[in-house]
Amino acid sequence: MNSKTPSVPVWRKRTSRNELMLFAVWVVTLAFVSWTFQVMTNDTIWAFVSDAPKQMQDIGSRMMPPAWSFVHELWWPLWETINIATLGTLLGLVMAVPVAFMAARNTTPSTTLVRPLALLLIVGSRSINSLIWALLLVAILGPGVLAGILAIALRSIGFIGKLLYEAIEEIDAAQVEAIEATGASSAQTMAWGVVPQVAPTLAGISVFRWDINIRESTVLGLVGAGGLGVKLESALNTLAWPKVTMLLLVILATVAVSEWVTAKVRERLI
Amino acid sequence: MTSVVTAAAVLPRQWRRPPFIANSRVRWALYVGAALYLVVGIGSLEVNWARAIQGLERGWVFVLGFLNPNFTSRWDEIVIGFQESLTMTVTSTALGVALSIPVAVGAARNLAPTWVYLLCRSFIALSRTLNEIIVAIFLVAMFGFGPFAGFLTLTFATIGFMAKLMAEDIEEIEASQLEALRATGAGYLQVLDFAVLSQVMPRLVGLSLYRLDINFRESAVIGIVGAGGIGATLNTAMDRYEFDTAAAIILVIIAIVMVAEYTSGWLRKHIQ
Repeated sequence: MNSKTPSVPVWRKRTSRNELMLFAVWVVTLAFVSWTFQVMTNDTIWAFVSDAPKQMQDIGSRMMPPAWSFVHELWWPLWETINIATLGTLLGLVMAVPVAFMAARNTTPSTTLVRPLALLLIVGSRSINSLIWALLLVAILGPGVLAGILAIALRSIGFIGKLLYEAIEEIDAAQVEAIEATGASSAQTMAWGVVPQVAPTLAGISVFRWDINIRESTVLGLVGAGGLGVKLESALNTLAWPKVTMLLLVILATVAVSEWVTAKVRERLI
Repeated sequence: MTSVVTAAAVLPRQWRRPPFIANSRVRWALYVGAALYLVVGIGSLEVNWARAIQGLERGWVFVLGFLNPNFTSRWDEIVIGFQESLTMTVTSTALGVALSIPVAVGAARNLAPTWVYLLCRSFIALSRTLNEIIVAIFLVAMFGFGPFAGFLTLTFATIGFMAKLMAEDIEEIEASQLEALRATGAGYLQVLDFAVLSQVMPRLVGLSLYRLDINFRESAVIGIVGAGGIGATLNTAMDRYEFDTAAAIILVIIAIVMVAEYTSGWLRKHIQ
């Protein structure tokens, strides 16, 4: 290092000015984060936090071994969970497709009135987690599978709608024009020019959403919307930890299977 | 099929749209299976229609609540809820991203030895399979109620999310830059800084902003199981049947999500 002649400047990644700026950004970010941390933990009872390893050991020892025979009580909730996810996805799909066509710039009937409305619907549905939808629907419709299906469907509209309308906006206009040139009506243009171009994407999106919905429908029961979550809620409330372990195993297995199915289907689609 | 046949004999006179699934047996099996599932699935639903119809009235009250949201009567609780949610979002994203970087490097095939790779990959798989709500239930049981448990939950989820996507990005970097750096005799950290970080930085920033967005949405949910944040306030409002307050909270959530989405989208466009 010392042998370097002073006339040759050492290469550096950034100019001094940039280095200083970067340093300032770091300082401000760190200060901001530690401030938010302080605000967040204002009311935290640290005794509980320092107690955590003991609690973990305690819960861990209570959870073992899993209540294997409990699995026989879980087949029906499992079937309900699958139904909530599948029927919810289908219902969401049915509602999302028209919304997506109304939101896409090239297929919407009106860009000034219908399009913003459809986009608002998509954003509204996307911002609210399905668990919150379920919370609302359980209060309105009473506990049960119906609230779960509707919660999944309402959340899926935004997801499917957003990805589908982006796909519709990116289609090849030449194909649509070719169909129009044959004298096809607007409905025929839609069916032969637009739909075939987005159908594979739609199938991919639906399967993707179904996978997410399976995950989400396993916990919807925590707020009373049916499925495995209902059992989880009651097992947690009665502190029946071996049953909780069994439930977690079933949930993990369900998620793993749905992931495998999704991967297989997507492989075939693409 | 191997014998030579004229096109006219094989092709029908009229053009038909090719079916979505080419194999007709598979196609029909799928159709029949789907129809059967629909019949059995819908048939096995246990729906209390009388209760559902009764609920329509309540649903109407809720719609009215949305048209006339009540921000004032629980204003203090709403402010505390959002304060918890927002602070939880910032801290968990910051810590999660910071911790995800070493995990991502460890989970990249081209940078880590096999045993580190397997360790990091299994950690990522664990973090991604476990639903946030379930993690939150356990962390609340261990660390007590409140935003600290929520902060840990979101941090855990952030590590899995960021590390997986960053590891994939790191695996796809230009190998020649790695080699060039190594040829200069650079140490491991220097290679990381100059060859890896400089290539994945735009994606790291973009993903962090995206995750900030997700963490806020999730922070609105985990409160339902006691992990602090606006979800707890919302849950209380629903329990008290204060639909107008619940509507106000939901409207604020939507507003914040929209602002966050547009800001992060704008930032990502300008950074990349």
